[in-house]
Amino acid sequence: MQITRRGFLTMTGAIGGGVALSSLGLNLNPTRAYADELGKMDRIKIAKQVTTICCYCSVGCGLVCSVDKATGKIFNIEGDADHPINERSLCAKGAGFFDLTEANKHRLTKVLYRKPYGTEWEEKDWDFALSRIARLVKDTRDKNFTKRNDKGELVNRCEAIGHYGSSNVDNEECWIMSVKSRALGMVYIDHQARV
Amino acid sequence: MTNHYCDLKNADVILIMGSNAAEHHPIAFKWILRAKEKGATIIHVDPRYTRTSARCDFHVPLRSGTDIAFLGGMIHYILENKKFFKDYVLNYTNASFIVDNGFNFKDGLFSGYDPKKRKYDKATWVFDKDGKGIPQRDMSLTHPRSVFQLLKKHYSRYTLDKVSSITGVSKENLLKVYEIYASTGVPDKAGTECYALGWTHHTTGSQNIRTMSIIQLLLGNMGIAGGGINALRGEPNVQGSTDHCILYGNLPGYLKMLSASLDTLDKYLHKYTPESKDPQSANYYSNYPKFFVSFLKSLWEDKATKENAFGYSWLPKMDDGKHYSTMHMFDAMYAGKVKGYFCVGADTAVSTPNSNKVRKAMENLDWLVGENIFDNETHSFWKGPGVDPKKIKTECFLLPAAATMEKEGSQSNSGRWVQWKYKAAEAPGDALPVGEIEIKIMAAVKKLYEKEGGPNAEAIVNLKWDYLDSKGHFDVIKVAKRINGVFLEDTVIEDKAKGTKTEFKKGQLVPGFGNLQADGKTACGNWCISGSYTADGINKMASRGKEDPTGLGLFPNWSFAWPVNRRILYNRASCDVNGRPYNPKRKLLEWTGDKWAGDVPDGPWPPQADRAKGKYPFIMQRDGLGALFGPGMAEGPFPEHYEPLEGPLEKNLLSSQRMNPAAEIFKSDMDQVANASEKFPYVCTTYSCTEHWCTGALTRWQAWLLEMQPELYVEIGEKLAREKGIKNGERIKVSSIRGEAPCIAMVTKRFKPFTVDGKEVHQVGMPFNYGWLFPKDSGSDSTNMLTPTVGDANTFCPEYKAFMVNVEKL
Repeated sequence: MQITRRGFLTMTGAIGGGVALSSLGLNLNPTRAYADELGKMDRIKIAKQVTTICCYCSVGCGLVCSVDKATGKIFNIEGDADHPINERSLCAKGAGFFDLTEANKHRLTKVLYRKPYGTEWEEKDWDFALSRIARLVKDTRDKNFTKRNDKGELVNRCEAIGHYGSSNVDNEECWIMSVKSRALGMVYIDHQARV
Repeated sequence: MTNHYCDLKNADVILIMGSNAAEHHPIAFKWILRAKEKGATIIHVDPRYTRTSARCDFHVPLRSGTDIAFLGGMIHYILENKKFFKDYVLNYTNASFIVDNGFNFKDGLFSGYDPKKRKYDKATWVFDKDGKGIPQRDMSLTHPRSVFQLLKKHYSRYTLDKVSSITGVSKENLLKVYEIYASTGVPDKAGTECYALGWTHHTTGSQNIRTMSIIQLLLGNMGIAGGGINALRGEPNVQGSTDHCILYGNLPGYLKMLSASLDTLDKYLHKYTPESKDPQSANYYSNYPKFFVSFLKSLWEDKATKENAFGYSWLPKMDDGKHYSTMHMFDAMYAGKVKGYFCVGADTAVSTPNSNKVRKAMENLDWLVGENIFDNETHSFWKGPGVDPKKIKTECFLLPAAATMEKEGSQSNSGRWVQWKYKAAEAPGDALPVGEIEIKIMAAVKKLYEKEGGPNAEAIVNLKWDYLDSKGHFDVIKVAKRINGVFLEDTVIEDKAKGTKTEFKKGQLVPGFGNLQADGKTACGNWCISGSYTADGINKMASRGKEDPTGLGLFPNWSFAWPVNRRILYNRASCDVNGRPYNPKRKLLEWTGDKWAGDVPDGPWPPQADRAKGKYPFIMQRDGLGALFGPGMAEGPFPEHYEPLEGPLEKNLLSSQRMNPAAEIFKSDMDQVANASEKFPYVCTTYSCTEHWCTGALTRWQAWLLEMQPELYVEIGEKLAREKGIKNGERIKVSSIRGEAPCIAMVTKRFKPFTVDGKEVHQVGMPFNYGWLFPKDSGSDSTNMLTPTVGDANTFCPEYKAFMVNVEKL
């Protein structure tokens, strides 16, 4: 199926997107269903406005999330007019911020587990994941712990566990990860600042 | 950034080099265009003509990996034509310092090089000192061993002919850029530089930036409104994640990670607490012990005591001289030494160089824990192209995370603005904030050690880890306050200069890092961010005041800028030695006779003309002055041009050292290199686009963005395409000695061949936003299948921006 960009945009506007995008291997039906629900809201009267900061580049543009007070759902996200850097404007990614919310049905919502040699993800609960991960961390750390190096110097480290990430989470989360990794004795600690 | 985004409007000349700001930082580019509207000249130097080039006054194409040659030529031009700002250079830089008699530079190498270790002994990279231990200076700048004369001599080799031959830039274009940029070396003009990954992604990345720092110091552009060096960084909180040092070599607040030979706290503090005998140098890092001990107290609080050196021995120690960066980690994983891996909010199977090696390495893992809002090529590596899941032993977890608008916390932009954000909605399903996931994992591990014990269990069981609220959720405010710092005992702080004593109660927040103590009375998770709360508990990161008292766009009441709400770093250098602004029209700061007015100054001391109480402006430097001579760097105190690991030339046209002599070489069987090879004759570089972000791990899952940029492509100049018979839109193969990347050919005028050493050299370019997982069956995969495992000698930032490929019809 040959489509021009203009034809594509016209078509998605006219028929709601699902059919046209499916020809590109995308399925927008869940997004459309979510949008239908949004259509039932009285946006002006019930909106609560919550500010956030963009999660892409490091300019730090402000955004305002409009949240439906009845359902607690975000129904619109746009640039923050009061923000001194972006003054309401946003780039293409920022303007599409809404597609990061739960409206995007590719979002992960369950704990997923893949057993050794398994061919599929399985859904699990948090209790399973936390206790199993803790056990693996302890066993790997204890088995591979280096108390002293080849020179006999006290080093108290574990080179068998690595940590990567993330410049895509909040400061308080970064501090938690930085501290956790050190307390475990890890030295392979890195994140996107390096790349 | 030394400055910040809104400040770009204050510049008279903006050099954009190593960045495509219009496409990758569109809102930052708005501030660049504001400067242009006011009459500023905007210059773009880049291998490719982009939308940034289109909006600049002019574009100068340059071969990837030759930035130091280009900028070295500018230093030569500035010094030869006396375009430097003499008052600034004399008073605010180490130009007048006398370098050790044993220091030299011959044929691409500085004194002290050990070719076996690929490392320097820096014993001669030091200054001569007088009887009091203060660096000797020659204020006439004529001493043959003065930094100024050595700098002049070093860059005298960077002639227009030589630089043109290396970079592929015409002499006319070189002169045009040099003349316009050097015009800012006067008191009332400001020049700034915007770079991004185009400068860091090289084996000479750090020195690219340092070369520009030298230029900015020579022209008096550091510390002023509209000046500085401005990294347009690429991730939303990469400033914050760097400040909190999720990095092997540093602890939060850029404190040094411990190494094995520093077996006691005293030895460690002695090594990292610099000493200056010059009474005019503030030498602010003399406070290092206060920052470090307060950090240890933030980890273990009551369990960290004077008797156990505040838990110093519990922290892990690196082997001296060994590095543990991403590339090192995957190298060790490939060798089977790394068994477990936490990959949080990242897609390293796409983002790390030599992706084939990375993915092979992951097959050696016993377990993998991923935390993310979408699946990606790293989490699902076990079912990637050519991988049989039934042969992969790895136990994998993929934990659902809350997206940014589903959690409260702070993010720091490149301009060091720490901005507070609020939770707008609940995360879907079982998703939790990454902070909460990490706290819960560590709490579960801690419980096991409390019950079962284990090696160095004290580090874990003694850890203060009460960051969940009464409902069992992430208490972000509690963590933010821990980062800010708190008094652990009633404390009286005496300010001898002011003659005041202030009393703080146990449990009160510290008002700033000036209050931190080295005796265990304070705990502070990150001294840089201290002051983000007031002593009364007011969150300054959440400030939304729009006042602009200087008219320069500092917005002092919007969020909190670290350190201590200073908006422009080194700002005392915007004034002369008497504290009078060099440029009264852009008055950032002024000494009023008893205090500084304007931005938060770099320290309260009087300007340096006051010989008794005054201090030099660069307070974080031991000697208090801007470092034209920078002995901290791995490959030399003056930047020198070296060719990339893989390039089109057999020899460096400037010396016998082809590539960075201090860059580490990785030697696994998957680390193949093809320099000046007929099989891979084209220079390749990589970049992003407006619609995707980094690996595309978030944006490829968004239909609106994916429709705009659906799959991997390679940009090829028209002449090369003609030679190879490649048509626009055709599916072709790009290959390096390490791997292949099938993609769509985009034949373009944006790349033109370079004339390098008299020969024609073609360059191509590819975006790095794609992987195999999604969109499904696109045939695209990571561009990093092509890139080599090699990086900068100081930072180990990989060389994604210059390597060699072939392009072929399928």
